[in-house]
Amino acid sequence: MLITQLKAKETIVSLVEGKKIFIINCQGCKEVHFPEEEAKELQKELAADGKVTGSITTDYICNPENMKLRLEKHMSEIKAADMVLVFSCGVGVQTIAEYLDDKMVCAACDSCRLPGFQGVTPIEYDCGQCGECYLNLTGGICPITACSKSLLNGQCGGAKNGKCEVDPNMECGWERIYRRLEKVGRLDALKCPVQVRNYATDDEV
Amino acid sequence: MKITELFERGEFVVSAEVGPPKGIHIEHLLEEAKTYLSGITAVNVTDNQSSVMRLGSLATCKALKDEGLLPIYQLTCRDRNRIALQSDLLSAAMLGIENLLVLTGDHIKLGDHKGAKPVFDLDSVSLLHTVCKLEAGEDLGGNKLVGEPPKFAKGAVVSPCSDSLDSQLAKMERKVRAGAEYFQTQAVYEPEKFIKFMEKAKQFGKPVQLGIVIPKSAGMAKYMNDNVAGIHVPQEMIDELKADKEKTKAGITGVEIAARIIKECKPYCQGVHIMALGWESKVPDLLKQAGI
Repeated sequence: MLITQLKAKETIVSLVEGKKIFIINCQGCKEVHFPEEEAKELQKELAADGKVTGSITTDYICNPENMKLRLEKHMSEIKAADMVLVFSCGVGVQTIAEYLDDKMVCAACDSCRLPGFQGVTPIEYDCGQCGECYLNLTGGICPITACSKSLLNGQCGGAKNGKCEVDPNMECGWERIYRRLEKVGRLDALKCPVQVRNYATDDEV
Repeated sequence: MKITELFERGEFVVSAEVGPPKGIHIEHLLEEAKTYLSGITAVNVTDNQSSVMRLGSLATCKALKDEGLLPIYQLTCRDRNRIALQSDLLSAAMLGIENLLVLTGDHIKLGDHKGAKPVFDLDSVSLLHTVCKLEAGEDLGGNKLVGEPPKFAKGAVVSPCSDSLDSQLAKMERKVRAGAEYFQTQAVYEPEKFIKFMEKAKQFGKPVQLGIVIPKSAGMAKYMNDNVAGIHVPQEMIDELKADKEKTKAGITGVEIAARIIKECKPYCQGVHIMALGWESKVPDLLKQAGI
């Protein structure tokens, strides 16, 4: 089980400041609690500011085939947006970021772990359910699960030919993050303040 | 003494690296350091290098200091969480160790305790940030330190010949902004790449020490090419090492190559850092040949 909860309103507002956004809600699997009412309320406010080019509410966006079908009809709205804001768990955000690889894809939710049964969609993306989600600093590639050292502040010196020092078959997560941010023109995201991971997620749930 | 004071004076700073043994006897290490490294500025002590468990870096730093050498305390994030790291930083300051080199550290999988827990609670950038906080009299948890806070010369590393140079430069910038005051580099075998890197790194305004590993054999060079990130030994150098086996075995060829690299890069950097990997005895000759 996991819980998704909205990031602080001011965090989301500053994230989307000056940008046109397309919104994706995933109210997908039974294993995830989704903050439906709070999300609706916030999105109403964002729409009132005239920032929203379109939005969809769907399920199982972590299933790439399903997700592509759902997004297809909205591609012009997505194109018109500077950013795609995803209300889902970390896996959903990563799946969309990979598909819309020339768009800045951001997470509006944090994902917190609950003991018990996990979601069942088999997929290569992994969500660490860390509590505070870092996907907005990395263009939608998870530094916790895509980096062997779960580094938050950039690439270590251990990548050779773009591969991780731990596993030569694994792409260096930070190399991928750098390329993605370069592609979406957001290398400035790397100039964010020093990140120190907060393991004290229990208090926040 | 802090080595940053020397950079400020415009000195070309030479340091070399020693690795503590897997055991408690460091007489040999101290003897070698005194014999071959006392002529240089500072001696780095590695922190469980390559994730292989050894005698501690801090204790070895203290022993070197007692012998009159200037140690640089290497500190990695692999084995300790933020509490242990901060505690060790305070211990270092208490023992009069003033020079730091802060690294994320190799992954556990590269070492001799593959089943150990990789910590990485902090990384090189957040550790630098933590050192700055301690220097300002507060720990990472926001609690005040008692009495005068520690003060260090804060070093970090960068990989100038990496195939991910853009990403490495971005990381270097983050380290500078987190408080890094000087840099030591991964081993360089391609001076032209290093010079290009320095053109880009100049903007950060921090002194950079060229990293040198004396190539011991063609086999070692090939091994590094296949396995060590950020290192590429060009084929001509491998051929040179192959040409006269006796000369290479005696270390003459390796020292010649290393001296050539230093000479070529010297106008572009502020110092040199030698990782002799057991060939400490060759350091004086290397420096002489390099004209330092």
